[in-house]
Amino acid sequence: MVEVQFRFRSDEAVNDPAVTVDAFAEQTNATAVRVEPGDDAHALLPHLDRLRLIEVNFPAWTDGRGYSSARILREAGFGGEIRAVGDVVIDMLSHLKRCGFDAFAPDKPLNPADAEAAFKRWDNVYQATADGRQPIWALRHQG
Amino acid sequence: MYKYDQYDQQMVDTRVAEFRDQVRRRIDGELTEDQFRPLRLQNGLYLQLHAYMLRVAVPYGTLNSTQMAMLGDIADKYDRGYGHFTTRQNIQYNWIKLEDTPDILADLASVEMHAIQTSGNCIRNISSDQYAGAASDEVIDPRPYAELLRQWSSFHPEFLTLPRKFKIAVIASDTDRAAMRLHDIGIQMVRNPNPENGAGEIGARFYVGGGMGRTPMIGPMIRAFVPLDQLITYSEACLRVYNRHGRRDNKYKARIKILVHELGKDEYTRQVEEEFQHLLDQGIEPPLAELERIGQYFADPAWETGLSDELDLSDPDFRLWAERNCHAHKQAGYVIATVSLKPVGGIPGDATADQIRLMARIAKDYSFDELRVTHAQNIVFPHLRKADLYAVWRMLDEAGLGTANLDTVGDIIACPGLDYCSLANARSIPIAQKISERFGSPAKQAEIGELKLKISGCINACGHHHAGHIGILGVDRKGVENYQLLLGGCEGADTSLGQITGPGFDEDGIVDAVEKATEVYLANKQGEERFLDTYRRIGMAPFKEAIYG
Repeated sequence: MVEVQFRFRSDEAVNDPAVTVDAFAEQTNATAVRVEPGDDAHALLPHLDRLRLIEVNFPAWTDGRGYSSARILREAGFGGEIRAVGDVVIDMLSHLKRCGFDAFAPDKPLNPADAEAAFKRWDNVYQATADGRQPIWALRHQG
Repeated sequence: MYKYDQYDQQMVDTRVAEFRDQVRRRIDGELTEDQFRPLRLQNGLYLQLHAYMLRVAVPYGTLNSTQMAMLGDIADKYDRGYGHFTTRQNIQYNWIKLEDTPDILADLASVEMHAIQTSGNCIRNISSDQYAGAASDEVIDPRPYAELLRQWSSFHPEFLTLPRKFKIAVIASDTDRAAMRLHDIGIQMVRNPNPENGAGEIGARFYVGGGMGRTPMIGPMIRAFVPLDQLITYSEACLRVYNRHGRRDNKYKARIKILVHELGKDEYTRQVEEEFQHLLDQGIEPPLAELERIGQYFADPAWETGLSDELDLSDPDFRLWAERNCHAHKQAGYVIATVSLKPVGGIPGDATADQIRLMARIAKDYSFDELRVTHAQNIVFPHLRKADLYAVWRMLDEAGLGTANLDTVGDIIACPGLDYCSLANARSIPIAQKISERFGSPAKQAEIGELKLKISGCINACGHHHAGHIGILGVDRKGVENYQLLLGGCEGADTSLGQITGPGFDEDGIVDAVEKATEVYLANKQGEERFLDTYRRIGMAPFKEAIYG
């Protein structure tokens, strides 16, 4: 298993082996699943309460389907770990985090200084997403 | 027009810092060209045949004189003294050095401009009607909605790596001047056709799945009315369905038009509506107060009232220009004037740094500090006093900007083609130059009247050839440039796609074929018919006969 390089959770690390979405449907005791780009995250929604970890795989970082998968899971109230795995690159980090990813296990470990800068890049954001940050339009009209 | 607040400024400044960092990592070798490519593209930086090309966004085609002057200065400082205005109301520079780009972006940020998402598989610059806020036929100024969408689409974390590029246009009149239905999403601001309380409030009509490229399609309407307080949510639903289900196995089938076509409009719409219902509960819609805040920046300028509509047309050259290049303004005594960037024999859309700065000065002195870029690669002064029109035209004419050919055969749209572009199969610019020279006589142009001629140097259709009354498509036939002729395309309220006449032509042959097509028109024209009207009435056969017979 590829090592988790960045994690923004205070709970205990999850090391359960992730099964495929198809296998998960038949394995009632599995607590970790891996979502591929072509999988429908909606299939997991009835079972979120027994999942501790959802890995979302990026075989190529330019395939952005995993961002939608993560948001769908967060919008359905999933509070467990959503881990980006695969071809995870520096320039995705802040966007992944905004879509609800809270753990990152890149195939190739990232330069820690570059990654730290990337996570901190955007002081403010234009959209409301799964990270709960106040978007700029809310800041403009608060109070 | 819109002004950045501290947040908007911070966003573009942050982007400059991010891109500077990406360029550093590329130059240090941390990023390979393959890794860097998608990143630079999201900043509008292409590697073309001879150099890097930087595409700068002009959101919904509107800019002020300070911004325009900066575009001229950038052309001098970092390029070869000129820029090229594009069919998506942007400007691009053809001779850029990679190491200069962070500084160019910083210069742009200093005047509230950027190159964010002017390329790449993301939501591109939002385009709009170049006469917005000035024409009398719009139900409302579409630009506040375009600005709301600009902010929403900028760095949208879910939609930065879509299957393919994504283009949105927002208009607000039935006279579509932005080729709205040939966009991935075309939005027309309308009054509610079925008001429950009879108020007829403003909302958005959505067309999804239009586009040009190798498979041109006219976007079908998927929702007749989206209320203003659901505009972003509905857009997000359209994008999410596309991001999840758009094809990624074949880049030529990856645009949303293919998804909508393959699913069928009804099924795509059903999925969007389902996603939309879900997203309505997610709190992603800005409050209407935000639209009101943005809208204040687009209030009418302080026009003088009681001005005369009289124009002294005693100078025949001025008369020609005033009648050809000007459009009625909603305010008495004012006019909308288009500066043609299509001089006879010139490169469509190109302007020198000096010309750009001159247009900036004119806008400052005479047009309430505003200019527009049109998708036909021209520049508009939206608010000129008729009393100033002659003086303005004199200044333009002295600078080579007084060409009177708007919407005529000389007002050609052309992509950069094989002279610059790494995707092209054939040159576009020399064809445009030859045609504009063949039809250079003002009398000839006047006789032919409105004729929109559009040239693309490859099947990607950046030169909009499908939508030209006459379209030309450059292809590569066994290593030789070959040009196909299309007739009958049209953008606007009566959008149609051009049909290929038959076998292609060489460089001189295509110019002859265009001339023959105009001769068929002139011989068959009835009354006030335009070329397109005659073609639609008599069909392809007489044209084919004249061209190939």
